[in-house]
Amino acid sequence: MKLGKIIGRVVSTQKVESFEGLKLVLVQPVNERMESVGDAIVAVDTLQADIGQAIYFEVSKEASRVIEREMNPCDAAIVGIVDDMNILKIK
Amino acid sequence: MRLGKVIGTVVSTVKAKGYEARKILVIQPVDPVGIFTGTSFLAFDAVQAGVGDVVLTIEEGNSARQVLQNDDVVTVKTVIAAIVDEIA
Repeated sequence: MKLGKIIGRVVSTQKVESFEGLKLVLVQPVNERMESVGDAIVAVDTLQADIGQAIYFEVSKEASRVIEREMNPCDAAIVGIVDDMNILKIK
Repeated sequence: MRLGKVIGTVVSTVKAKGYEARKILVIQPVDPVGIFTGTSFLAFDAVQAGVGDVVLTIEEGNSARQVLQNDDVVTVKTVIAAIVDEIA
């Protein structure tokens, strides 16, 4: 489970049928200092996060279960929106 | 399992199903002598770990459900399974 920042939305009309109605967002993974780490990914958002918001996402089969439908092909999903973070200043 | 140090906590009210009522901690991977390696990630606390503790994390859904003793946390995958007292 990783921290990320919503940096955009992905709009697609030609896609697998079970993607119908899913909101796809562009997520930049970040570390605890909100610094970008690695490549951006696309995740399913069922929590209506806004662009610029800090979120956390999960990957693999567990992520697909955020979509409560029979057909839910997906390997990354937003699982929470960050209100605040308290980080120890020892690093 | 991975060795990590708890370096912080995440406050969050809007969450996916199965993520309620659980403390989410920020984990910094460490090597056996405590040197920070790699990028921090988040994990569910199941053993009352606190900031500063060295812990063992598991990143696998089935284990997460067993550790959290709850079958409807099907969306959870990363949990803290133990607090490390010592590495000899």
